[in-house]
Amino acid sequence: MSRRFALQLALGGSASIICSNQPLFAAGGSVPTGKPLPSPARAKSVIQIWMWGGPCHLDTFDPKPEAGADYCGAFAKPLDTKVAGMRINELLPMLAAQADKYAILRGMTHGINAHETASYVMQTGHPEGGRIVYPSVGAVASLFKGVAAGYKGQIPPYIVLTEPQGRFAEEGFLGSRYKPFATGGNPAKTPFAVEGIVAEGFTEEHQRARRELLHRMDTLANAVPKHPAIAAMRHAEEEAYDLILGDGAKTFDLNKESPELRDKYGRSSFGQTCLMARRLVELGVPYITINYKGWDTHKQHFQIMRRQLPEMDKGVGTLIEDLSDRGLLDSTIVWWGGEFGRTPKVLNESPWNGGRNHHGQAFCHMVAGGGFKGGQVVGATDARGEEVTARPIYPWDLVGSIYQLMGIDTEATLPHPLGLTARVIPGKDEKLKSGGRLVEIM
Amino acid sequence: MKVLASILVGLSVGLSLAASPPAVSMPLDPFETSSFSLPPSRIDALIFARLAKDGVTPALPCSDAVFVRRVFLDVIGTLPTSDEVNAFLTEKASDKRAKLLEALFTRDEFADFWALKWGDLLRVKAEFPINLWPNPAQAYHRLLRTCVRDNLPLDRFARGLLTAAGSNMRVPQANFFRAVQSREPRALAAAVSLAFMGVRQESWTPAELDSLSVFFSRVGYKSTREWKEEIVFFDEDKPAAKAPVKMPDGQLLTLPPERDPRAVFADWLLQPNNPWFARNLANRAWYWLLGRGLIQEPDDIRKDNPPSHPELLAYLEKELVSHGYDMRHLFRLIVNSRTYQLSCIPTDANPRTLELFGAYPIRRLDAEVLIDAICAVTGTSETYSSVIPEPFTFLPEGSRAIGLPDGSISSSFLELFGRPSRDSGLEAERNSSPSPAQRRHFLNSSQIRGKIEQSSILRKLLRNGGAPNNIANQLYTAILCRPPTAGEVTLVRETLSAAPNRKEALIDLTWALLNTSEFLCRH
Repeated sequence: MSRRFALQLALGGSASIICSNQPLFAAGGSVPTGKPLPSPARAKSVIQIWMWGGPCHLDTFDPKPEAGADYCGAFAKPLDTKVAGMRINELLPMLAAQADKYAILRGMTHGINAHETASYVMQTGHPEGGRIVYPSVGAVASLFKGVAAGYKGQIPPYIVLTEPQGRFAEEGFLGSRYKPFATGGNPAKTPFAVEGIVAEGFTEEHQRARRELLHRMDTLANAVPKHPAIAAMRHAEEEAYDLILGDGAKTFDLNKESPELRDKYGRSSFGQTCLMARRLVELGVPYITINYKGWDTHKQHFQIMRRQLPEMDKGVGTLIEDLSDRGLLDSTIVWWGGEFGRTPKVLNESPWNGGRNHHGQAFCHMVAGGGFKGGQVVGATDARGEEVTARPIYPWDLVGSIYQLMGIDTEATLPHPLGLTARVIPGKDEKLKSGGRLVEIM
Repeated sequence: MKVLASILVGLSVGLSLAASPPAVSMPLDPFETSSFSLPPSRIDALIFARLAKDGVTPALPCSDAVFVRRVFLDVIGTLPTSDEVNAFLTEKASDKRAKLLEALFTRDEFADFWALKWGDLLRVKAEFPINLWPNPAQAYHRLLRTCVRDNLPLDRFARGLLTAAGSNMRVPQANFFRAVQSREPRALAAAVSLAFMGVRQESWTPAELDSLSVFFSRVGYKSTREWKEEIVFFDEDKPAAKAPVKMPDGQLLTLPPERDPRAVFADWLLQPNNPWFARNLANRAWYWLLGRGLIQEPDDIRKDNPPSHPELLAYLEKELVSHGYDMRHLFRLIVNSRTYQLSCIPTDANPRTLELFGAYPIRRLDAEVLIDAICAVTGTSETYSSVIPEPFTFLPEGSRAIGLPDGSISSSFLELFGRPSRDSGLEAERNSSPSPAQRRHFLNSSQIRGKIEQSSILRKLLRNGGAPNNIANQLYTAILCRPPTAGEVTLVRETLSAAPNRKEALIDLTWALLNTSEFLCRH
């Protein structure tokens, strides 16, 4: 061993060296302590189906056929569901058959019509403005239910299938370890090439040979292996290989499912993504977001609905049924919804030609499982779906309810790098409008 | 692994150790050299005196190959090409390091890279939560870039922003008071304080913050008929302060009702003896180049957070003021110092080595610099877009990440590698610490794999790579910006001869080099 090498070993042995670029935002990391939880956790996992762009409430779970064609457009005949009086869009038969297992939230409101601001509010449960940009629900879940709380899975605790939604779905000030892992790839293809984990055409032997080659070529790291910056790189690399060479890849192999079940979910990318989400729930992953794009239908709205609603129906309907059949629905929240709804009155004028714009004043979400009661409708809109007329539900009401079912103390504070007071859910002193937690279905 | 590591270190050190067992440190090939090519400067006197006092032996001088890569990355955020590396290594002039720095100041990438930095600090971003809107964000970025390119003195730069009035589209400076999450006077004062004084809001007493807020209590905003146009102006309808305002340094300032109080503030801030303005900039310059502020964190100046080297910071402040607030002057002083030109390999086991600047700090490349470097090495390009608001913004294929004008224009790579969100203007928003997800992306993603398989260097080496030593030379110079050591040439030769086909071996070698710490870090 060279003299220099020995010195570096000694240098690295000291914990007091501060890596100069150590981010402030990596501060914290322990689970914040709060008051005792009000109730034991019922939900172990959440599958959030993020309807990117804002799906129309009238054309999904809040149909208004009596308002006439100016409002309901082509969809004048809603389906009766398994639950008397609970009607949904005519292109959602599988969901109609599962209606006893979910609750429709027709009182959703925040009044914001801009995508990014509305997404922020829906994905964090906090109002916009102020000095703090909050982390998403998934990042908070991964703080309270992830590694620090004893989660031992190789798969990261917060997964996005498949493309990231952008940073409001991300870690905010919590630091990079709470960032979601976005898989990339397409689960409807074989193999599902999960970005960074499953590399098509690479054998395990090749992966191992490459790793050895890399270590032999890493001259700088070999010269100062104990340097804090180098040690941090190596540590990250080891964790990366644990997943690449471990069981991670097998988790994402959908060929382990029966062809019949795969057909039932639909062979679309979305359908297979729902199936993938169920597999991740079985592994105990606490938070899975399905980023379902394509609902920002300013133009060609009804054509797109005819194409996408059946795909959505198969995926979500089968997911709820499958979770229920396996006894997982009681411990898994399925949360469906986007950043807002869409203008109830169809825009027939140019350039929209039968489209719908943004509508944050009234819209709907749907929740199933994990302690939420099924067969329920919470809140209502007026005859045209323009305003909430009963039981408003604000984003913090819904997100707070989800946290409560997960056993996350909604009064707790989040570790902020500047020591600012950042709460899991806005407190009463913020004087926000609120309809209260969803106690009627919890 | 440890055994292999020590064999390899033995291998590369072996040549230089051959003559006799060393009494003092011998330079480690290829990272170090035996002597400095420049005399010690005032900076070095202060840094080395402190190291000696703490019993720390500084690292050895870095080699020319390390220097050329380091100074390119630190000063223009760009990897030198093989030609640029070779030209520098063969150049004989003894002052070639200083000359290289001067050449870098004139590059387009210099303006890009520092406009990016100022864009982070001033939160240049079209969308939530800053909401500048795309056109004003682009105009603001163009202004920052021009100021850097033309080397506008920093006092004039600051005055222009602090006193701006006019349309957000026509007077880009006016966006300074729009790039905030709240337009309350206290929030504006906090933004000014962070950017130009290096002081965080919570470090002021409530009374001090109230005093500072007075200067921003008459900023007005109004919209026009033009879509998303907004005028920032001195609103004389808002009440003027009647009593003189006591500043945090004890000065009493009177505010004539007819004068824009922001101008009074600028006069105060830009006095040569102001305790914050030059200190903040000098400290940041040091932080940008050496990875750690003399006051650390670099934007947390307060009484109970003293500088590690008070005399050095005072010297840099004085130099900045006496040279007309010329930032390049500070860059010259720092880059042309022995301190900056130390190797990254600590000679000393003393744990204070790194915090006392006894070795150059190893840092992962910033997100934008990293993706640009990969694109440059592989001859590939990236697309950047902002999908909010509509209509979406797409930049032309081949755009470089360090030139992105707007924090809302991004890519999943940039998000994964810790690009700052531009919400707060804090330096620490930029997160360049490594994570397993980042490593997986480099080790095993289709993006990096695709870039390697399509790379121009692979095609070139397959067409006429020549002998293994030539291949090794081309790969190492292109990716690591230096020629390979003898041991490394041997490794390349072995890998090529052991592989079933040459293409696969070349892909594996390129992949491995792109995954080395040496490529991923500034060192």
